[in-house]
Amino acid sequence: MTSLIHARGLVKRFDGFTAVAGIDVDVQAGEAFGFLGPNGAGKSSTMRMIGCVSPPTEGTLEILGLDPRRDGPAIRARLGVCPQTDNLDPELTVRENLTTYARFFGIPRRTARARADELLEFVQLTERADARVEPLSGGMKRRVTIARALVNEPDIVLLDEPTTGLDPQARHLVWERLFRLKKQGVTLVLTTHYMDEAEQLCDRLVVMDGGRIAAEGSPRDLIERYSTREVVELRFATEDQSAYADKLDGIAERVEVLPDRVLLYTDDGDAALAEAQGRALAPASALVRRSSLEDVFLHLTGRTLVD
Amino acid sequence: MTSSGYVLEYHLVNYRRTWRGSVLSSLVLPLLTVLGFGLGVGAYVNGGVDGVAYLDWIVPGLIASTAVQTALGEATWPVLSYFEWNKMYFAQASAPLRVTDILGGHLAFMAFRVLTAVAAFLLIAAAFGTLHSPWALAVPPLAVLAGLAVAAPVTAYSAFVTTDSYLAILFRFAVLPMSLFSGVFFPVESLPVALQWVAYALPLWHAVDLSRAATLGLDPGSGALFQVLYLLLWCVGGWLLASWRFRARLVV
Repeated sequence: MTSLIHARGLVKRFDGFTAVAGIDVDVQAGEAFGFLGPNGAGKSSTMRMIGCVSPPTEGTLEILGLDPRRDGPAIRARLGVCPQTDNLDPELTVRENLTTYARFFGIPRRTARARADELLEFVQLTERADARVEPLSGGMKRRVTIARALVNEPDIVLLDEPTTGLDPQARHLVWERLFRLKKQGVTLVLTTHYMDEAEQLCDRLVVMDGGRIAAEGSPRDLIERYSTREVVELRFATEDQSAYADKLDGIAERVEVLPDRVLLYTDDGDAALAEAQGRALAPASALVRRSSLEDVFLHLTGRTLVD
Repeated sequence: MTSSGYVLEYHLVNYRRTWRGSVLSSLVLPLLTVLGFGLGVGAYVNGGVDGVAYLDWIVPGLIASTAVQTALGEATWPVLSYFEWNKMYFAQASAPLRVTDILGGHLAFMAFRVLTAVAAFLLIAAAFGTLHSPWALAVPPLAVLAGLAVAAPVTAYSAFVTTDSYLAILFRFAVLPMSLFSGVFFPVESLPVALQWVAYALPLWHAVDLSRAATLGLDPGSGALFQVLYLLLWCVGGWLLASWRFRARLVV
């Protein structure tokens, strides 16, 4: 099977600053593929290279079997792009935003109009079709942007943080629509720093850190590889949680002390908790939960804030 | 249709929202300036300028000035906004358009705006009986040329700056002096020699001079060819600068 996106040793440098430091990526048709990573990890730079608006500094990049350096317009004709910040025309109506954009792809006016109506139905904005974009809520604008990205019936849809800044209702609606697209066989490539989003949507993902790929796999693979099945969160009624670290020694595969709690990484959370209680350690609160992608993410990219 | 045609179409759809107000002001502003300067100031100009009634003399200058002002209006805030505020250029860049389509389509729209504004002014000018030669028909294409001679480099400037205080600076220190000293309101010969050369260097004076020859039916002489070429030079230079800036902003 040939990949729709094929990158080898892909590098992007800006005046001495390396945003992407040599990554290998393959995205197959029909897949939902995610780029995860903290701010500055190189996700958006990678997306812009795939979107053919940013020429790679080094390395191989093939999209739909074409070379972005040479065939930019031909590739972009088959991509749908939902950028990190909405760039709709706030003065135009919702429908006009879609129809004028469709024209950039050479889509005939009548077809553009019909497709705009379908897509507005798809993102549940039919009633707002003739409303100006400017006063719409963030969630609605996001849906207009997603609808606009679909106006050319793209083979690949690129979504840069599709639900950042949306309220839970809007996020779930967007997820549900993206999931439907995936069902229809559209290839999705997205960036996110919401782990639940990645777990919901992505078949496969890479965790990026400092311009490199730190890990790759399905959400389940990554959890298995980089975390334990369960996590026990203990909070002790004391200023210094680390005082308990030694006493918890050997209970779990890995013990992580945070300023406000202690995490025990283990395959059997209940057993670990019972043993902690058996050692006469009485945490103020205890929670046994399944390991999530967030644990993997923090393990791989660290807890230090990167701005 | 070419890709820049689709971009022009987008700008026209956008213009459809405001065209009524825009057409109205395209008619009212000329009327006010013709009344105010042509008749008002003209009443104090005895014997006209170079043997031509002041009203007849100033109208072609005002037309050229309108062409340039319209071009400036379109090449400043909208361009800045498409880069900095609503980021429409970036949206266009993710479609299968090339940078030259995005720039070309927008400049074509600016030319359209210049053309409509000048056509409206010509109607007013005709109503006041100030067009004295069939050569007045050469004014619209001339106005488009002058409009682009200003729009292209100013588009490059607007694509270079990132806040609109720089646009205010442009208007204060470049546009205002150019409008005052380019022979629109009084002959450039009344200026000190140094300022005359500033007028000759800028595009507006050439547009004023050529328009004046056209509406008054004067022989512009062989210099007219060089004036047209000079305006073309501004267009080409501006285009090169603007596409360089657009590429630097949109393809990074």
